[in-house]
Amino acid sequence: MNLFTSLMSISLGAILVNNFILAQFLGICPFMGVSQKTGTAMGMGLAVTFVMGIASAVTWAVNTYILIPLDLGYMQTVAFILVIAALVQFVEMFLQKAVPTLYQALGIYLPLITTNCAVLGVALLNIQKSYNFIESVVYGITGGIGFLVAIVLFASIREHTEDADCPKSFRGFPIALISAGLLALAFMGFSGMKIFG
Amino acid sequence: MQNVLYAILVLGCMGAVFGLVLAIASKVFAVKTDERLEPLIEALPGANCGGCGFSGCAAYAQAVLEGKARIGKCAAGGKSCADTMAKIMGQEPVEMERMVAMVTCHGVDAIPKGNYEGLRDCISASRVAGKGPMLCEFGCLGFGNCVEKCKFGALSIVDGRAHVDREKCKGCMSCITVCPRHIIKAVPYDATVTVPCSSKAKGPVVLKSCGNGCIGCMKCVKTCEHDAIKVTEFLASIDYSKCIGCGKCAEACPRHIIFDANAAAKQAAAAI
Repeated sequence: MNLFTSLMSISLGAILVNNFILAQFLGICPFMGVSQKTGTAMGMGLAVTFVMGIASAVTWAVNTYILIPLDLGYMQTVAFILVIAALVQFVEMFLQKAVPTLYQALGIYLPLITTNCAVLGVALLNIQKSYNFIESVVYGITGGIGFLVAIVLFASIREHTEDADCPKSFRGFPIALISAGLLALAFMGFSGMKIFG
Repeated sequence: MQNVLYAILVLGCMGAVFGLVLAIASKVFAVKTDERLEPLIEALPGANCGGCGFSGCAAYAQAVLEGKARIGKCAAGGKSCADTMAKIMGQEPVEMERMVAMVTCHGVDAIPKGNYEGLRDCISASRVAGKGPMLCEFGCLGFGNCVEKCKFGALSIVDGRAHVDREKCKGCMSCITVCPRHIIKAVPYDATVTVPCSSKAKGPVVLKSCGNGCIGCMKCVKTCEHDAIKVTEFLASIDYSKCIGCGKCAEACPRHIIFDANAAAKQAAAAI
């Protein structure tokens, strides 16, 4: 398999087949928390994509050049959390200075990404699947895009269920959980699909 | 043993490096914020009601700082808030009159067209063919979109009509914008005489559609000694800059749709 096809299969796998939220159930917290408006969901999704891309690059480097040579593979989780937290903080400061409009649009969601397990998940999965640097970065970014797709779809569904005349006991969070389950079922349709052999 | 040491060292070093980078970054990427911004935000109530026209208290404070907005727009904070803000900004305290929201419909005897069984929501109800489920196309629908909007718990549905608790109302006027019939108005807190009707229909139409509405008979206009009442489009309205609150119009009104809070208080006292 040449580089292009392997990257394509990683991308489509991360966006559709093994979608971070709907198939691997990572990053459920922001998925439920910030999906009431399509606009904010979009902002959150973009911020997560951004951070996941950078985080997979940095954690791959930390793992390959620091942890593995020193035989400290068991420290991955702790080290990665440290990296991600520092990274998010750095990105926040950078954005505040460089792109204030984007910073304001992302608002509170940016620091919240620190505790988004999809970001830690992508870092750990990169190691588990023994991806090289380029594959890791692609997997991080496309995983983020998968997150973006799922959260925007879900937010649009929620905007509609908000107006729907659903039974009183299901209103609000319960119906959101049910629709999340149905959305995950719909994405099950992609499971088992293989692209390029 | 060596492993443990390595682990501690590596994590310690990584932490130190990241800390250092962040410390430098915070200096490099420092964004200058005016030191008056924090106290200004603290002086505001923090309800983020949007009554000032900005997206929240912080946005309003920023606008005041940049000179884009004047002090005293915060109705929820009232006089004390405006004074504190003026002090922080080094300006003279501003005068402000307390305004409260009032639902200009008292159609407790309004007549429905039929049985409305749609969504329990004012906007949906107001879009029903023929301008809503009531015969009167101006009145309160009573599904409480404004009640949901109010962050201060000042609105409630009484007898199927929205009602504002004047003491609780902070005057943010966010309810005014949500009402699809535009019947919530701002009135001075001190106003005792009010006309809680919005019907611009002609007298006979009002008589058929509502047991309470203003029919534009002009009796109040003739009674008023201070030229404070006008009838436009068959609806009486009071000019509060002229009204002295004598309540004579309320006595004269044949439909009892002009309310005099003073008289009501006296009556209540007499009853006790």
